[in-house]
Amino acid sequence: MSAAPTSDQPLRHTPLYDLHVSLGAKMVPFAGYEMPVQYPLGILKEHLHTRERAGLFDVSHMGQAFLIGPDHATTASALEALLPADILSLKPGQQRYSQLLTDDGGIIDDLMVTRPAAASDDGRLYLVLNASRKEVDYAHLAGRLPDSVKLLPAPERALVALQGPGAAAVMAKLSDVAPRLGFMSAANGRVGDLDCHISRSGYTGEDGYEISVPAASAENLWEMLLRAGELKPIGLGARDSLRLEAGLCLYGHDIDETTSPIEAGLIWSIQKRRRNEGGFPGAKRIQGELANGATRRRVGIRPDGRAPAREGTEVLSPTGERIGVVTSGGFGPSVTGPVAMGYVEASHAEVGTPVNLMVRGKALPAAIAPLPFVPHRYVRSRVSDPPGLTP
Amino acid sequence: MAIERFTRDHEWIRVDGGVGTVGITHHAQTQLGDIVFVDVPEAGRKAKQGEAVAVVESVKAASDIFSPVSGEVIETNADLAGQPALVNEDAEGKAWFFKLRIADTAELDTLMDRAAYEAFVKESH
Repeated sequence: MSAAPTSDQPLRHTPLYDLHVSLGAKMVPFAGYEMPVQYPLGILKEHLHTRERAGLFDVSHMGQAFLIGPDHATTASALEALLPADILSLKPGQQRYSQLLTDDGGIIDDLMVTRPAAASDDGRLYLVLNASRKEVDYAHLAGRLPDSVKLLPAPERALVALQGPGAAAVMAKLSDVAPRLGFMSAANGRVGDLDCHISRSGYTGEDGYEISVPAASAENLWEMLLRAGELKPIGLGARDSLRLEAGLCLYGHDIDETTSPIEAGLIWSIQKRRRNEGGFPGAKRIQGELANGATRRRVGIRPDGRAPAREGTEVLSPTGERIGVVTSGGFGPSVTGPVAMGYVEASHAEVGTPVNLMVRGKALPAAIAPLPFVPHRYVRSRVSDPPGLTP
Repeated sequence: MAIERFTRDHEWIRVDGGVGTVGITHHAQTQLGDIVFVDVPEAGRKAKQGEAVAVVESVKAASDIFSPVSGEVIETNADLAGQPALVNEDAEGKAWFFKLRIADTAELDTLMDRAAYEAFVKESH
């Protein structure tokens, strides 16, 4: 019942560490950082508060970095050589989700790529990467970028996520820019008196923002947001149950170097030009899977009963053959029942297919379910109309 | 008067006339957080001391519950299936897990009384 540190390395702190401790957070090791897994409210209520009102998350452990080249076409082309999204066509201020790929089409990491809105930032791309993978990503990028494009990690920046249906009202009080942003778009702007980079995005399935600030301003930003509305600080525990209900992948669990974006159900993140033209690592495998279908697919799984099926649970066909494995699973507080996702053979991947989950030696009945478990509530742009996270 | 004993795995057992009632401690439920599922053994199940016989799942993870002493399960708490959160509300009262007929009461001597358990909890923090 106690979480032991898994490494001899000293754990790193985000700029908000002291505030988490003063708020009574339970701190645990995560991706080399000491992070809040929950506050005194507890995971269940933190989760529900985010869905009903809004929650504030410290995600400063994530990697923030810039690619810097002479112009957009050069920088975008350099990145397109490493991932399958259409980066060239990004408009200023537009953001896309993508995956860095191995030569076999496996996923090194998933990331957000933003073309900064300001004309003075032409030639730059802003990346947000997973904490657990950022060192691997930086080495990968640095080794493969052309001389004309430089990687500049930004460890001096903090990142805060504000998520939930009440997020827009909170930001409208503090920022001129935030209300004008549609889902998957971004701009520089002030929050209160702080200069920030604001994007309308997140990892909960709800409307919300991710706000990047210099580390020295992080505490001010956090406290300003907490004062501005009915926000509660939310830990990694609820972040995980929120993203699971939203059907979003967690690196190292639902996706890794053995899974392709097609198997993972991320086809929507590969735009048409790239599907046709290829020119990214693993293109042969990915185009093959696009044409012929992948042999296994990431699916949602709903247990019939009350017992959660955790990561690693075997998935069996009704006749007892092993057809897959659960990669994320637990209790969905908004679903008010157990939810899971995992990979199953394509022949068993259709929604409604009955399966069995081997939990503690017992075969528990379940069924393949549509993802997400809770409908996404993203707020689209009123102004331009950048394509969002749907196909 | 009933005898009350505690394990190092944070179970409690209350013994009355050769029958022990078993649950998890208040301290355990605070550590686990929001309980969302409880799986109790079936009546008739024979268990050795320290054997995993029940499961409690919080939002975070599943944890085994070990039988504090050897014996045969004679009754389980039917309320827990529908109301797992009862464990958070009243871990050492209404949220008992199961009752067992104790095979060897001498095994109770290997467990801690409340004062020793409280010292153990303090020490392990």
